[in-house]
Amino acid sequence: MSTTTPLRPATEQSEPPPKRIGFGGRLSRWDLKVSPYLYISPFFILFFVTGLFPLVYTGWVAVHDWDLIMGQGEFVGAKNFTDVLGNRDFWNALTNTVSIFVLSSVPQVICAITIAALLDANLRAKTFWRMGVLLPYVVAPVAVALIFSNLFADKFGLINSLLGTVGIDPIGWHSQRLPSHVAIATMVNFRWTGYNALIFLAAMQAIPRDLYEQASIDGAGKIRQFFSVTVPMLRPTIIFVVITSTIGGLQIFDEARLYDAYGRGGADGQWQTLTILLYEQGWTRSNFGRASAIAVLLFLIIVAIGLVNYLVTRMISTSEVKR
Amino acid sequence: MQPTRRTLTAAVAMTAMTFTLAACGGGDNEGSSNDNGDSSEEAGSGEQITLTVATFNEFGYEELLEEYESLHDNITVEHVKADTADNARDALRNSLGADSGAADIEAIEIDWLVEFMQYPDKFSDLSDPSVDGRWQDWKADAATTDDGKLIGYGTDNGPQAICYRADLFEAAGLPTEREEVATLLEGDWQHYFDVGKDFVATSDSAWFDSAGATWQGMINQVEVPYQEPSGEIIATTSPEVRSLYDQVLAASTDAELSAGLQQWTPDWVAGFQSDSFATMLCPGWMLGIIEGNSEGVEGWDVANVFPGGGGNWGGSYLTVPAQGDHIEEAKALANWLTEPEQQIKAFEAKGTFPSQVEALESETLLSSTNEFFNNAPTGQIFVDRAKAITFQPFKGPDYFSINSALQDALTRVDVDGTDDAQTSWDKFVADVEALG
Repeated sequence: MSTTTPLRPATEQSEPPPKRIGFGGRLSRWDLKVSPYLYISPFFILFFVTGLFPLVYTGWVAVHDWDLIMGQGEFVGAKNFTDVLGNRDFWNALTNTVSIFVLSSVPQVICAITIAALLDANLRAKTFWRMGVLLPYVVAPVAVALIFSNLFADKFGLINSLLGTVGIDPIGWHSQRLPSHVAIATMVNFRWTGYNALIFLAAMQAIPRDLYEQASIDGAGKIRQFFSVTVPMLRPTIIFVVITSTIGGLQIFDEARLYDAYGRGGADGQWQTLTILLYEQGWTRSNFGRASAIAVLLFLIIVAIGLVNYLVTRMISTSEVKR
Repeated sequence: MQPTRRTLTAAVAMTAMTFTLAACGGGDNEGSSNDNGDSSEEAGSGEQITLTVATFNEFGYEELLEEYESLHDNITVEHVKADTADNARDALRNSLGADSGAADIEAIEIDWLVEFMQYPDKFSDLSDPSVDGRWQDWKADAATTDDGKLIGYGTDNGPQAICYRADLFEAAGLPTEREEVATLLEGDWQHYFDVGKDFVATSDSAWFDSAGATWQGMINQVEVPYQEPSGEIIATTSPEVRSLYDQVLAASTDAELSAGLQQWTPDWVAGFQSDSFATMLCPGWMLGIIEGNSEGVEGWDVANVFPGGGGNWGGSYLTVPAQGDHIEEAKALANWLTEPEQQIKAFEAKGTFPSQVEALESETLLSSTNEFFNNAPTGQIFVDRAKAITFQPFKGPDYFSINSALQDALTRVDVDGTDDAQTSWDKFVADVEALG
């Protein structure tokens, strides 16, 4: 207001300026207060419709007897939750999910950083190599799963015949628990390693080159440079990749479902993950109440792990400040 | 000037929002009004429409659907095939639950028909004077609700014979002619397993593909397998189920008659190519599957015999979900596909054995042979096998879920080797209890 006052005619002095505001002025005041919210509102409206509402509604379904086709039944309280938690399937699925997640995320992050470091070097045909690592990501997960489930077939699969030629007994990729997790983790890694490598590569290229010069003047070799310069500088990126792969890993579905023709995660639930259990309860058995209870539990687990992630992140960032 | 510009941007933002929202709403309205327009017009005039037909495994419909398209210029038929009946069932459940996404014609297998009979409102009533008396009574009765609504048109039945590899039989010193094999295998299940023991003693191949596959033959000979008509589940307490379970597992693992290849897996498919097993229970519809998996393999034949008498495995219906846009046209197509003449053509293509009364007496059916199976008179064989069936087992609404759990139990012992018969049975009991 102070800037506009001198421009106004003298008559204005008789009435105090702030009290009298025309329609235009009122609009502009609303504008100041409301516009920012209006600009971001599409996101929140969309989030409410596609995110928050289903989330709350799932909680509503979880406390009812709910059939896929017949719809809502009577209110049953916590019964669905006690049923789920009291069944060995849930704990089995939880263990499988965590196991597949660890087997996929850990090697994935390590490989991705290594590949990124290699791609960061001076190579001929840079773009070709960079696009090359992204290629598996383009392949549809369904196709990946079909190919890999054939490669990992127990009796007549390619992997087992290759192992046979070097004298290793065939491995029960479908019948045993840990091998099936390894096979599924391989599919996940095949698809996501290149993608993560490119994210790391982008971050690596943002590291100032003079740090490396200084390091080599100080006498650090390539490997020392990698561990003492590259990895610390990548820390925020590593955290980002770990968080996204945690969420993805806990919700793993396509690969595990298509790992055999039945899609139930094995006769003994060898590779039945939480999402497969959820699908089986909801769609094969039509018990939406129980499926929703599993969904709510999965949500809580992801939130818990997200909190752990957050705390670890804070710890890392404060330790950085101290240095 | 500044306030004016802000006012302007705010106004623009608001209008933009309004437009976006209006666009969303408008789009929806447009879409639905179009749909309505389409369906109401189609009923009358011969406008171009597409009908989708969802089946699983092999129905033998490929050529029939082309024929139907050439008979009706305005109709395009899209055929969606699921790899296993399990997946087809899940997909249909999902579409019925969401009230959208189902094909115009959905095939349903007899094992899960009862389950879907619980929701008759989701399906169109197909009763029509033209189909009265078309099927064997039990086939039509199974798809008719208490108040007389016909949910599905019967397609095929699954009378079972034994398919065998004559070349492997010869190498093991067993008879190879199909009449001799029929005499050799005449008897109960124990006899079938005993012959198998003689076979595996002199052969590298196993006797049958898996315990789970053999189970389908055995359980379909039990009058009340898992559930009483009252709804009470007897699967875990019935001594008959348990003794069959022990019998098939003893034969599979102790006597090593099973190749341990779970049906429909890549290993099972590859097993056809590597002489893994010498016999298989084969309902009519299995012929097309064996032929498809055995490319380049010679020696398959069919013997007119089945352990324990007769037995039916599978067989299906065509239903028209009520949610479809082209119900009348879909009914007409389903009606045409299940006419005896068409079913016989499907039988000739993929071995899906007719459930239509008239077809069973048809000269074309009786004289039909199958080149792949050493020119076996498959028509005559399966007509005989169908006559050997004396009753249809009672399958309750939970039949499919319980049978899946039992199949898992067999797979754990026979294929995966993660459990022995007793621990696997305990897990089965827990699974059945968790169904409720």
